Formats: sequence, structure tokens, C-alpha cells
Amino acid sequence: MQDVIEINKFLETQFKLNEDRLLSVSTGFIGNLRKEAIHNFIGMGLPDRKNESYKYTPLTSAFGTEYSLQLMPSNINLNVDDIFTCDVPNLKTRLEIILNGFYFSSEKSLMKLANGIIIGSMAEAWQKYPDLISQYYSKFADYKNFSLVALNTAFAMDGLFVYLPKGTDLGDPIQVVNLPMTGMDTMLHYRNLIIMEDDSRGEIIVCDHTLSPFRFLTNSVTEIFAGKNTHFHFSRVQNEHLNSNLITNLFINQEANSHVTTTNISLHGGFIRNNIHVTLNDEGCENNTYGLFFGDREQHVDNFVFIDHAKPNCFSRQLFKGILDDKATGAFNGRILVRKDAQKTNAFQTNNNILLSDEAKMNSKPQLEIYADDVKCSHGATTGQLDENALFYLQSRGIPRSEARLLMLTAFVYEVIDKINILPLKERISHLVEKRLRGELSRCNNCSMNCNQIQSA
Amino acid sequence: MLKIKDLKVTVNGKEILSGINLEVKAGEVHAIMGPNGSGKTTLASTLAGKDFMEVTHGSITYLGKNLLEMTPEERAWEGIFLGFQYPIEIPGVSMVNFMKTSVNEGRKHKGLEPLSAGDFLKFMRERSELIEFDSKLTNRSVNEGFSGGEKKRNEIFQMALLEPRLAILDETDSGLDIDALKIVANGVNRLKTKDTATLVITHYQRLLDYIIPDFVHVLYDGRIVRSGSKDLAMKLEDKGYEWIRSYVNGQDK
Repeated sequence: MQDVIEINKFLETQFKLNEDRLLSVSTGFIGNLRKEAIHNFIGMGLPDRKNESYKYTPLTSAFGTEYSLQLMPSNINLNVDDIFTCDVPNLKTRLEIILNGFYFSSEKSLMKLANGIIIGSMAEAWQKYPDLISQYYSKFADYKNFSLVALNTAFAMDGLFVYLPKGTDLGDPIQVVNLPMTGMDTMLHYRNLIIMEDDSRGEIIVCDHTLSPFRFLTNSVTEIFAGKNTHFHFSRVQNEHLNSNLITNLFINQEANSHVTTTNISLHGGFIRNNIHVTLNDEGCENNTYGLFFGDREQHVDNFVFIDHAKPNCFSRQLFKGILDDKATGAFNGRILVRKDAQKTNAFQTNNNILLSDEAKMNSKPQLEIYADDVKCSHGATTGQLDENALFYLQSRGIPRSEARLLMLTAFVYEVIDKINILPLKERISHLVEKRLRGELSRCNNCSMNCNQIQSA
Repeated sequence: MLKIKDLKVTVNGKEILSGINLEVKAGEVHAIMGPNGSGKTTLASTLAGKDFMEVTHGSITYLGKNLLEMTPEERAWEGIFLGFQYPIEIPGVSMVNFMKTSVNEGRKHKGLEPLSAGDFLKFMRERSELIEFDSKLTNRSVNEGFSGGEKKRNEIFQMALLEPRLAILDETDSGLDIDALKIVANGVNRLKTKDTATLVITHYQRLLDYIIPDFVHVLYDGRIVRSGSKDLAMKLEDKGYEWIRSYVNGQDK
């Protein structure tokens, strides 16, 4: 399938074929949403190249496989410890596994802690807490205007649900590990919802991996509601193989005086597109959106960020850095919208890229739309090569060229890594990034599934 | 130690050095003087191995080896040090990390164990005291936000850590006030031994009051047109480069 119309038709057919299954597991409002969402999807279709937001990231190659859809939990007798240990030394986390788009647990799949915090399966939460969920679910992830979100809303069967009641502190961070592991080319949709009521705080780390050598397309949606005075950190490490296609859609809604920081590190993967939408919905919000990406061979990484300053007195900062080698391509699109009454807005955006080969390509597009008149906004984008004079300076001190290069690239990316506020995670990511820059495969270090062969294919 | 024979170098197709001959022995200090554009920095960069210097003719032998076949890092391992006229700022790379990597790469080449972080810091402290270098600067990124004087002193600090056999100081005096000049010169003098040699490249005689040269060479239009003792520097200072110009022209006639 190379044609977008054909792909749209395929997806529509898949829904029809599986409609009974999709609707049977969902409570009333989720089922209704599915029907509405697939209707929207059929109306919009996948974004094609005429769509400005996808100009540099055509979706036809990512979608152009007759994937099987994963609509049932995998019946794998999986001992997670046997195949996967995500060792971040000294980091105490609550580990949650999403296996092929379904919440995986050998014990209870939805936990309610003493302080009222709920963590667990999205599908189960639909059944158990429909009133709570219907207040937030699909309220931020706009399935009416974004066809990928519509697609996810139609197909997602499970994911992670987190609820922090008013004034609670999550404590140890949640670490979500997404593991695609099937025996065939597979399309996955999963859905996360994080509700943070006023004055709560928490931290979530997401690791995207691939555990079997097939072709995967993941189209995930994560909605985060950050209530008043909340503090939330969201870090994501994407470390998949060359046959993976990863689309993430992150929607964050911030209420008054909330602080949200996201750090997205695309270490390795065939095709990656991250959509990040932030709405600063009341005064006094702070949002930091950071990103770091690496590409070599024919990899493609695209980060699309939209910060909506809807209300006055908010602060937002975007910092994205990328290193591309070989024939890799990258894109960055950072849109800041300052609405008419969003006075006293501070909004800053930086995108710096280094190209290590003549054939690597980067498209960077800052977009500022400002309708208020008392604001401070800036944006800057640079794309260049390593400074030859600096390399010579380091070499003249006896540092071999390869090491000098590494030293400079490490320095280049450090600014982003430094923003990660959990020290053990920061150290782990520094280590993975260094391995990545040395050209050693950083993904799957701790995985016994040996799907490395595919790397060279 | 260093033998340069009839060296011709072009940069971007233009010949800058047109037949340099120079011999430097261990224990010696040579000064190379000359007006702007005479080729002083090209000579220094060629010795350090900068790649866009194209050697079209001649040879450079260093400790019996063909220097021109060595990469910049190999030259550093063999004891060549270039103090840059314009030291480069490298944001994000800390001085400590830079110099630790640098020292340990040199040790690796000599078959020595790398210094531990603790040992390196101790060594760094000793060296910074020896040459009166403000060790606070070592906490910053390489040369980033350093004043002109701090950058030059940082070059001498790096030299103190690397203990080179042949130090080439390219206009280390430019941009220094008299106090900083003395500190830099003292540093160079303290690092001098009977086994090391120094090549001081400068515009002015001023630095040579503090680093006393055994030989002074005048570079003019890509050639060494006069060589002599320290007195030659005095004479240059006295009469200016105009004197060299007329001297060269007179010779032509």
C-alpha cells in the first residue's frame, strides 16, 4: 500500500471487521466515542503531504504495510524479568508494562492506594470509574481535528490510567515500559490518561522499546490533565529498532500555577513522529518542553510542538536539539500561539541541530502567532556542522579526532539531558546517549531477545 | 629536535611560506618576529598539523621523524604544543574534562595508566599554582567567557599540564597587559628544562625581555630574512619593520 486512499480504506475496513470486538469491551461513552472517532477519521483520512504539519513527514511508508491489528491482550506467558530489565541504577520506580498495547500485570490490574491514588489498566478503569474518566477522556486529545488521534480513539483498547487525587504526591516515579512483541507485522494503539487534581505532584518515565524483529507501527495517545498548583514531570525515552514506526500524541492541559516539564529523548528508531500539544489554560502556568533526537542511516525523527498560551501570565520554554548522520532526516516544528488576552506571556523556543554528513537533512520551522501586545517571545533555530577549529584545538591537545568529536557532541546534547531532574535517570540517559554517539547500539541492552540481526538488514 | 628544510606552504592556493629553513635544538629558545601577514601563524599551524595548510615543498623532521605524516594528536603525544593566538571557545566542554581527557590520552600513548579523577585534580592544582593560574577557571567551559588575558593564561596552563618538549607560542603576548605578560613569561620560564625547546612567535620585542631567546629570526614575506642573537630583536624594536623592508629590498638590488 503506497497510496493514502488505499491506506485509509484499509483502516476503515479493519474497524468494520472488528467493530463487535471493539464495542463489546467498552462502556457506553467509550463505545460512542469510537464510532464518532472512526467517522471523523474516515472524513479526514491520514494527513498527506498537502498538510503543512506533515510536509516533511509523509505517513505512507509508516502505514504502508498490511499490519495485523492487536485487539486482544497477548497471551504470552511472560516473565518480564526474564526478558527485560530496565536497569537504571539507584532509581526506585513503580514499573508498569504495556505489552502490545495492553496493560500487563501478573497481579491486580488496577490498584487503588491508601491515599486514593489509582494506577493501572485503562480498560479496567473505563469499567470501574466511568464517571471520573468521562470528565477527562478525549477532552484534550482532539479527535475531531487530528485524524491520528481519531484513529487511536477508535482502536485503542487499553493503556495506562493514573489518577492523583487532590493534594497527593505520587512518590516513586511510575516507569511505563511499552513492549511491542508479536510474531508478525503489527499496528498498535494504546491510550494513557493521567489526571492530576489540584496540588498533586508526580513523575512518569516512559520507555518505548521493541522486543521482536517485526515491523511495528505504534500510534499512541497520552492525555495529561494538570490541575491547579500541580507539579508534573514526564520523560520519554524512545529506543526502538529500524523497523519500528512510532507516532506519539501527547496532550497536556494545564490549570492555574501548574508546572509541567516534558523531556523527550529519541535515541533510536526507524520512524518517529512526536506530537506535543500544550494548553496553558489559566494564569501562572509554567511549561518546559525539551527534546533530544538522534538519527543515522535512513532514520527519520520529527517533533511537532504546539504551545497554546490561552491565558495571561504564563511561561513556556521549548528546547530541542538533534544530531543527524548518514542519510537521516529530521524535522522540528514549534508553534507558539499567544491568544489575544494572554498578556504578559513569556514564550521561548530554541532548536539547534548538528548534521554530521552531507546527506543528512533537517527542516526546522518556528512559528510564532502573537495576538497579544504585551509579551516576551523569542525563537531561534540553527543547523550546522561541528566547528572544525574547535576540533583542531582539541586534537592539538592530544585528543584523537573521534574522541574530540564525541566530547563536542556530548557537550551539545548536555543542555537537554541536564534538564532531567532525577539524577539516576539523568546518568543513565547520559550513558545511553554516549553509547549512541559512539555508534554502539544503545537499544535493547538489557533484552535477551536477539533481534539485532535486523539492524543490519 | 626540530629541522625545517626549505618549507613551502600554501593556504587556499596562495603561497604563504616560501622556503623556511630552521633548526631548533633541545634547551634552546627561538623567537620568530615579523610584521603582520609575514607567515608567522601559518608556520605555527603547520607545525601543529592544521589540515588546510598545504605543504607543497620541503620537509619537517621532529625527533628524527617526519612530522608532516603525523596527525595533530600524534604530534601532541610526541610533545608538540601550540599556544594558540586565538584560543577557541568550546561551550559545554568543561576545562577539567578537557584537560583530563587530554592528559590521559597522552599517558595512554606512553603506556601509562590513566590518572584517576582525584590524582588528576591534585596534579591540576599543583600545576595551576606553579604558573599562577586561577583554578576557578577550570570549573568553566573551555575558554567560554574568558577575558583575552585569561585565554592566554589558559594556554600556558594547558602547557603546564601537558609538559611538552617543543612549545610553540603564537603571539601569546598579544592582548596582555604588562602584569599578565610577566605571569605568562614566568610560567614559560618555569616550564623550561634542558630537554625542552621553545619557539616564541611575536610582533614585539616586549615579551623577549622576559623570555630571553637564544636566537631571533625575522620572518618577512614567507622567508626568514635575518637570524641573530637577542640584539636583533632590540634593533628591530628600535628601527621598526620598515628597516627590514628596506633591508630586504636593498638585498634585492
